[in-house]
Amino acid sequence: MNILGISCYFHDAAAALIVDGTLVAASEEERFTRIKHDYEFPDNAIRFCLNAGGISTDNLDYVVFFEKPFIKFDRLLQTTLSGFPQTYPLFTQSLRTWLFDKLWVRSTITSQVGVPKSKVLFSEHHLSHAASAYFASPFDEAAVLTFDGVGEWATTTLGVGKGNDLRTIKEIHFPHSIGLLYSALTAFLGFEVNEGEYKVMGMASYGTPRYADLIWKMVEQKQDGSFWLDLGYFSFHRSTVHSFTKKMTDLLGPPRAPETPFFTEATGYPDYYGERPDKYDELLTDNQHYADIAASIQAVAEDLILELARESHRQTGKTRLCLAGGVALNSVANARILNETPFEDIYVQPNAGDGGAALGASLLAWNTMLDSPERIVMDHAYLGAWHSEDAIAEAIAASGHTAIQYDKEEVLVDAVCDRLEGGKVIGWFQGRSEWGPRALGNRSILADPRRSDMKDTVNAKIKFREPFRPFAPSVLAERCEEFFELPQAYSSLPARFMLLVVPVRPDKEDVVPAVSHMGTARVQTVHKNSNPRYYRLIERFGERTNVPVLLNTSFNVRGEPIVNSPEDALGTFDNSGLDSLVLGDFLIDKELKK
Amino acid sequence: MKIAREIFDKFGIAGELLAFLWHRKLWWMIPFVAVLLLFGILIVVGSTTGVGPFVYTLF
Repeated sequence: MNILGISCYFHDAAAALIVDGTLVAASEEERFTRIKHDYEFPDNAIRFCLNAGGISTDNLDYVVFFEKPFIKFDRLLQTTLSGFPQTYPLFTQSLRTWLFDKLWVRSTITSQVGVPKSKVLFSEHHLSHAASAYFASPFDEAAVLTFDGVGEWATTTLGVGKGNDLRTIKEIHFPHSIGLLYSALTAFLGFEVNEGEYKVMGMASYGTPRYADLIWKMVEQKQDGSFWLDLGYFSFHRSTVHSFTKKMTDLLGPPRAPETPFFTEATGYPDYYGERPDKYDELLTDNQHYADIAASIQAVAEDLILELARESHRQTGKTRLCLAGGVALNSVANARILNETPFEDIYVQPNAGDGGAALGASLLAWNTMLDSPERIVMDHAYLGAWHSEDAIAEAIAASGHTAIQYDKEEVLVDAVCDRLEGGKVIGWFQGRSEWGPRALGNRSILADPRRSDMKDTVNAKIKFREPFRPFAPSVLAERCEEFFELPQAYSSLPARFMLLVVPVRPDKEDVVPAVSHMGTARVQTVHKNSNPRYYRLIERFGERTNVPVLLNTSFNVRGEPIVNSPEDALGTFDNSGLDSLVLGDFLIDKELKK
Repeated sequence: MKIAREIFDKFGIAGELLAFLWHRKLWWMIPFVAVLLLFGILIVVGSTTGVGPFVYTLF
């Protein structure tokens, strides 16, 4: 039984393929087209999945789309009519994609994939999210909580899973949405919506939530966890240009101008910003104000999420919780759920956003419609593209670089450790690319976390990003608790996917300063069975330094998707300040280019 | 032949959309929808940009 899941036409187009109860491949379209958050029909990702599964379209039994376009169209119509005439520009702008793409999804699938319409199924947006977490989790029964910007109508759902039965208990509908509340404040803080939310989370660490009371004027939460936005502050439901109104700026002051250099006393003024501006002190005060707003929206979002989690527990009585939807990528909130609610364990699928809904759609068909007894537990995220050593060698030859090929992994690992200890920044490319937004040791940029200057070095030479953005640590799972306050770190699945922010042990902050973000870290535990070469690299680094931790950030430059192919990696290597590049068994040092 | 099949399929989907609106007791919206669609199509045909700066695709 072969089931293809598809998500597209919203944020992150993706495809996932289940072949006879095995999840054989999953990838986002952006990795192939090199367009970040590409939302177009995922032709490339589908082709990759079918090749990875060794099947043709004739062998597909079902193709499942992640949401129901008609219900979403209903939302467009009703929102347009309820806000007419203010909503008319929004309607006309949206209509283009509806008339050309979104209404005809089934037709597109039948023609592009090449299956008859009888094989095309439609899930619901939040049900796909819920399935992507629950059916990929190791739990036999669990509460399920999903939240994002919006699906068809739902923005938040509480549900419960038991065996192959997954059902929704409660829904909160558009326009009342935690995701859209956070996104509106993301826009207010000068960041790109659906891209800058991570930046708000990073910026929040440098502020105090002294405006939380003001944010609570925009949203009200009841004792049952349900919440209500005061729409006077927002315009996302009637505008494609603005997400907040004058009422919000009257409350919080003028919005932050996009691309303004951000620095506070705590971040310091990085050298790579150039000379200090004339209005340095004024900007310092302004930036602290915006950091405090970021801290405030983060605090309010966490409170909303925690209360929804508590309500999930009250409603279901379950001891485990599965989380999905874009808001479930808020790793700070995830850790608080684990620590501050009655749930004993949580599971978050590594691709919790809309891309992951392609997986959820296929799992829903496999588990609920076909009632299959086998469960597919996702304990690693290495489901994307891979390349043979021959293909890597060809790409290197075409690039003009000189590479050393290592027959023995141990020698390669030592060569990389030499460079890391020497303060070099390494591009690390091996095996299959990761499913989801986090690089987990197969498409990563690595550096020595013990050097306090490494954060600025990586930011300045490679990532070209703001000084307040954190870098994550990869740590051997067995030794995680020595460095980070994460109880039962070894058995935590979200920690494998870098989905929990936890405190760095106070006595270790000075040991790994480059991955400590105001005393916290978005930790990734690395297990030998799921990524043996990456595990061995960290282990060897630990043997040499007694610190089995590496700084790990995604292998991309600002504005680009994570690299997918050796050619992408070589291109990024050439266009950034990376010192060395590991491609499978090959190692390239920059100064050795012919 | 393929084009004919695709057109036929799209007519089928349009019919299903009307059936969907009827089934969900949204039949009262059909006249509004018809007018909005008519003006909308004219604007879509006559303009070149369809994506606003607020890139979060809500609809």
